[in-house]
Amino acid sequence: MPSLGHEPAPPAANLSPTGSGIGVRVEQVHRVFPGGVAALEGVELEISPGAFVALVGPSGCGKSTLLRIIAGLDSATRGRVVLTPAPGEARGSRAPIAYVFQDAHLLPWRSVLDNAALPLELSGVSRPERRAAAREVLAQVGLGDFTARYPAELSGGMRMRVSLARALVTRPRLLLMDEPFGALDELTRGRLDEQLRALWHQLGMTVLFVTHSLSEAAWLAERILLFSPRPGRVVLDRTLELPRQRTAALRLEPAFAREVMALSEALERGGA
Amino acid sequence: MRSVLLRSVLPPVAALFALLALWEGGVRLLEVQAFLLPPPSAVFASGVKDASQLAASAWVTAEAALAGFGLSALAGALVAVLLSSSRLLERALYPYTLFLQTVPIVAIAPLLVLWFGPGQRAVAASAFIVSVFPVIANTLSGIRSVDPALRDLFRLYGARRLATLLKLELPSALPHIFTGLRIASGLAVIGAIVGEFVAGFSEGTAGLGILVLASYRQLRTDLMFAAVLCAAGLGIVLFGAVSLAGARLLRRWHPSAS
Repeated sequence: MPSLGHEPAPPAANLSPTGSGIGVRVEQVHRVFPGGVAALEGVELEISPGAFVALVGPSGCGKSTLLRIIAGLDSATRGRVVLTPAPGEARGSRAPIAYVFQDAHLLPWRSVLDNAALPLELSGVSRPERRAAAREVLAQVGLGDFTARYPAELSGGMRMRVSLARALVTRPRLLLMDEPFGALDELTRGRLDEQLRALWHQLGMTVLFVTHSLSEAAWLAERILLFSPRPGRVVLDRTLELPRQRTAALRLEPAFAREVMALSEALERGGA
Repeated sequence: MRSVLLRSVLPPVAALFALLALWEGGVRLLEVQAFLLPPPSAVFASGVKDASQLAASAWVTAEAALAGFGLSALAGALVAVLLSSSRLLERALYPYTLFLQTVPIVAIAPLLVLWFGPGQRAVAASAFIVSVFPVIANTLSGIRSVDPALRDLFRLYGARRLATLLKLELPSALPHIFTGLRIASGLAVIGAIVGEFVAGFSEGTAGLGILVLASYRQLRTDLMFAAVLCAAGLGIVLFGAVSLAGARLLRRWHPSAS
């Protein structure tokens, strides 16, 4: 009988160049909600440590459900998710998995600094240490001058950056992002994409990024997984042929347009 | 700033003076007897003449109302936290907390006298019974309305039950808790007055409820009005203090405080 949810696995030998990402293996994961709605059907995936993977597909195809199952926030009805190395064996990381939601979901009664420090506070890190870590990560996302502000005093884009800082403060080895920039305007979204890509280069964690936007997926990720409509299955697994260093100008290049076009056609064929 | 203040303060003050003038004029013009409806000037005069008695009575009532309100705030929040810890517990016990809301306090006040003896303790118990339900209901609703994504976040980072309660549920429920406390503050004064009607006879200074009864028996309607106004004022002061505390605590993050 297949086991459910997370299972520790032996540490993988081949970590990413920086050695900070963890791999994810999804084995025949099915998820049926109470009432009989099947969200995922036999999803099989292997994501190597340090990869940047985008999950794309029509609304309700189970992308977010898969992310929640990987995070341990939901359980698979059948099948299992294996993290390599297992969270307990992750080196130099207090919380190996971080999750960024569709909206910032900050604690409105806390300052930006205390919001960013929250995960460390919950794991019992001392106040000076967690505040220093939060300051550092807020500076990394460009909010070094806003630490004393409250969420209500920030723009939507800034709030999302606080949410990103909160996710990064634990130095996660797996970053799960569920349409994080979907509610932002195009310009802010583009800037945050660039910032996220730069942070990924710098920190080397594994990123699973759910989005509706094919061009965002193509610009951000190295690999794209296209899901069918509910119940979700992976209908296309494509590694993009784009340069590792990406600039805003890439969006205007023919190679980029070809990738987006290919994805769009695949979505029409398998996703519609 | 000044014009905003004028715009918000002037209309109710003008309406009050208009009403008082109409009342004064009407009573004098129709020659209504003072024991039926005293003119505002007589109520004011009684308020000045009996100021020390009114102040002493108001203090006695305030003590009982504050004790009942404080107990409501504490016990109400504790019960809500307890009920929120399990759906089963909530389903089993919440209907009985409704009893506190629906019980006619006048009918059970004699029971309070039997249990606590006449005096302040029975009056405070009456204030407590009347005011605890809004605190329970609002706190529970606040805890239940915590953003599910934030609950997920706390779970993801392995937060313990107590940390989730103290760092997420209670702060998140604070606007709801203050709504409950504001309602409870007014009710506590009403509960204290009603309690005094039945249980307030004891040694020492009489509360406002007793003063209302005594002035009614002596046909001192002017003093009765003054005592009723004092009781209303007491409720307003308590309500204002709770609102102010809420506004200070919530001012940087919740729209209800702006």
